[in-house]
Amino acid sequence: MGPESLEAKQKAAIEEILKAYPEKAAKNREKHLGVGSPNDENQKTCGDVRSNKKTVPGVMSQRGCAYAGSKGVVWGPVKDMIHISHGPIGCGQYSRAGRRNYYIGVTGVDTFVTMNFSSDFQENNIVFGGDKKLGKCIDEIELLFPLNNGITVQSECPIGLIGDDIGAVAKTKAKEIDKTIVPVNCEGFRGVSQSLGHHIANDTVRDYVFDAKVNVDTSDVIATEYDVAIIGDYNIGGDAWSSRILLEEMGLRVVAQWSGDATLKEMALTPKVKLNLLHCYRSMNYISRHMEKEYGIPWIEYNFFGPSQTIKSLRKIAAFFDESVQKKCEEVIAKYQPMIDAVIAKYKPRLEGKTVMLFVGGLRPRHVIGAYEDLGMEVIGTGYEFAHDDDYKRTKEEIFRSTVIYDDVNEYELEAFVKKLQPDLVASGIKEKYVFQKMGLPYRQMHSWDYSGPYHGYDGFAIFAQDMDLAINSPVWAHSKAPWEQEG
Amino acid sequence: MQEVEKIVNGKDLFKRPEYQDVLANKKQFESSMLAINPARVAEVQAWTESWDYREKNLAREAITVNPAKACQPLGAVMVALGFEGTMPYVHGSHGCVAYFRSYFTRHFKEPTPCVSDSMTEDAAVFGGLVNMKEGLKNCAAVYKPKMIAVSTTCMAEVIGDDLMAFIIAAKEEDGGQYLPEEYPIPFAHTPSFVGSHITGYDNMMHGIMSQLTEGQKGETKKRINIIPGFETYIGSLRSVKTIVEAFGTDYIMLGDHSDQWDMPAGQYEMFQGGTKLDDARDCINSSATISLQKYATSKTMKMVEKRWKHAGGFSNPVGLKGTDEFVMKLSELTGTEVPQKLKVERGRLVDAMQDSYPYMHGKKFAIWGDPDFLIGAVSFLLEMGAEPTHVLCHNAPKGWEEEMRAMLDTSPAKDSLNVWAEKDLWHMRSLLYTEPVDFMIGNSYGKELMRDTGTPLIYIGFPIFDRHHLHRYSISGYDGALNLLTWITNKVLDQLDEDTKGIATTDYFFDLIR
Repeated sequence: MGPESLEAKQKAAIEEILKAYPEKAAKNREKHLGVGSPNDENQKTCGDVRSNKKTVPGVMSQRGCAYAGSKGVVWGPVKDMIHISHGPIGCGQYSRAGRRNYYIGVTGVDTFVTMNFSSDFQENNIVFGGDKKLGKCIDEIELLFPLNNGITVQSECPIGLIGDDIGAVAKTKAKEIDKTIVPVNCEGFRGVSQSLGHHIANDTVRDYVFDAKVNVDTSDVIATEYDVAIIGDYNIGGDAWSSRILLEEMGLRVVAQWSGDATLKEMALTPKVKLNLLHCYRSMNYISRHMEKEYGIPWIEYNFFGPSQTIKSLRKIAAFFDESVQKKCEEVIAKYQPMIDAVIAKYKPRLEGKTVMLFVGGLRPRHVIGAYEDLGMEVIGTGYEFAHDDDYKRTKEEIFRSTVIYDDVNEYELEAFVKKLQPDLVASGIKEKYVFQKMGLPYRQMHSWDYSGPYHGYDGFAIFAQDMDLAINSPVWAHSKAPWEQEG
Repeated sequence: MQEVEKIVNGKDLFKRPEYQDVLANKKQFESSMLAINPARVAEVQAWTESWDYREKNLAREAITVNPAKACQPLGAVMVALGFEGTMPYVHGSHGCVAYFRSYFTRHFKEPTPCVSDSMTEDAAVFGGLVNMKEGLKNCAAVYKPKMIAVSTTCMAEVIGDDLMAFIIAAKEEDGGQYLPEEYPIPFAHTPSFVGSHITGYDNMMHGIMSQLTEGQKGETKKRINIIPGFETYIGSLRSVKTIVEAFGTDYIMLGDHSDQWDMPAGQYEMFQGGTKLDDARDCINSSATISLQKYATSKTMKMVEKRWKHAGGFSNPVGLKGTDEFVMKLSELTGTEVPQKLKVERGRLVDAMQDSYPYMHGKKFAIWGDPDFLIGAVSFLLEMGAEPTHVLCHNAPKGWEEEMRAMLDTSPAKDSLNVWAEKDLWHMRSLLYTEPVDFMIGNSYGKELMRDTGTPLIYIGFPIFDRHHLHRYSISGYDGALNLLTWITNKVLDQLDEDTKGIATTDYFFDLIR
């Protein structure tokens, strides 16, 4: 497909799609759809789309809520703390163990990530308030799960509406049990998406881990010149582990992982590192900026999807350190190159020229583009559930060609875009998966790695390549049409 | 490092020495006890298996750990998707809808359409009227559903939004462009802090049936309404229809999502199948209504029996006895003798039960799930001579515990059989450690119990996220009971092989023929 025809097709698709809406909704959605050109200086954001605004009611957005951003994303993976879903029963149940935040520990004894702790609000808690119940929940947790290193209270919608004071309960109880208790006001109605939940959660890390006394001893870890922290890697399918290995191989010491497989101690150790390495910018830029301002720790964004971006990032990270690290960095790159060459030699011929449309969350709508392009695949559409302007600005740098950009795309729009642009692969979430598979389109979930992964780092890229090949070249897609329906 | 000819994902990758080093090295920065003092972890772990822990655990009053229930609007969404061309519409925050859609989609491996009107902070202050007006209009314009079924999240319930007034206002403001006066928009208040997902099912079913039938009362027709309840087995809906059809009677299944959550590949249509809206409007004129799930339809059936004066009542066609009762009820209501086809089917089921009974007889089971599911499944276990040692229902409504107790009391083993109403799966963990069983029957949440206690898990229930296609089968009717029998018996046999496969130690019992 030539560049002009692709761009024209993309623009036509947007125009066509907007026709289905009533006037007000069309006007709103128009601002969230655009066509991005690589490195186009005239575009303020990629495709000049507007973002981080209220969702149009009634259109089947894929967005989640602030609770999802805090409990589901930022706090939930911290493994040695217990995260109470505070309010009615549903939120904790629907979000239980859905994100594949891998960790090592004895679940239910010293770690708790895949469990669901809920204060299970009943009508009387709504009417008379739930603070008393929360206090009791904390007592019972302390009795039955004595090895917990702290508790977070993840507020569901009613908490902020009925005037409960979870801050006061947390304060009293923290003193009583001498442990970190973090009240998080991440009620689902706050903000327009998961995004505000990330921010609120970041702020509580600042207030309750950095600015307060934590109950874990950090004195045994003596800081070194090579200390770094991985920020914004949720260890989905083990992503942070396949990233960590590369950093360690180049002579760095990874003191903390935020927050996949994280512990309270690692978080408390982070203000002493030399450099913060930020993978998911959207969900953890706040705490990185805070550490820069408060502790003078610089932070850099990196991208460990696909070899091109991984190499660039490794060198960018090494440049912050002395020559010994830079030398080892080159050795690491050289060590993995033959394996990567072999992976590309094997899979590129099978995937070259295949087009992809993405719709994901925090960083992937731009970060994974390079990995597809390394395999010769062409990303022709992408968008974010909950991005801000700064994400779309960054996206400009990572697209390779005219790319349709859809912010907070809804079911109707994504389906229409796919029908019009006919990609060979759609890569998005669970809610969309079967819509496209019904149409006979190869599909990969890019939140959960479709129960595979890791996809980060060199070892992760090999899995990514294998999985994309699996999806695109599986014989099952050819069965959709019955033999009696075949043409000719 | 990966080898290109044998690329492995996380399952095997992290077993490699270089990754084992990474994980070991990470421990020096960790505060979890396993990194600091593994012996202490072992000590506490052992304590969690004790009677002392069990007593403390069962005494919990506030914190719920690993629940086996969900919240009201989930059930409301299921009801809506059982009606022709109907969009479930949840008035409140959109995060909830993302969760409902993911939850059902992970279970059914099917798309789950549902919209929200995305209420945010300003709506929390001023109410969600503006969201409702716009949301209904946009939903109607974009997805063109034949009906929109409105339920609520807890946010809308806490602030006290008035659905009926809002819907009327939305239609008025629209002036008929997208939302004509006669456009069906039934609604139900479904507060998450009351009951569970089955309560939401009941409320939405009540909402649709009562609102669609307004002014439709006419002459009674010889016809039976069937309300399936919160049924997650697609095959069950089909089995029930087959049984009713065998009697040659006219019937309406109210809330039939069997096509919606079982779409053939080839193309995507957002809505498939479902109860015809004309049928739903006319269901008030049927002569009888049978609900297959008592506890999931109590409010709805109260209306049907008291106000509509329908014959019928409850009948739970899971297991042999349950199916027999259902068949006899149909026979009575239709005045038709039990059809030969069903007699043969019953005979085949009983034959199969008599073939397999030695493997289930006397085996101890722990089982959990929704109250109606448990009534049927436990009945079947008893019919096979099995011992349901622990029967746990987290969302047990009033009366359920007594009914279950009475059932268990019919067993010769009754003194060792326990009912656990309003308990969660962390309670179940203690029960399994202190009073162990041979097998568990439950949903995917049993997986951690299987890992921790070593009790084999037979996947029957909802949700099932990590085994494929079970929901396509039936657990209702004689054919459904045969599925239950097959799954349970073969798991017992699998376990028997597992227990006896030791070469030169136990494999004398590793029989070829069983």
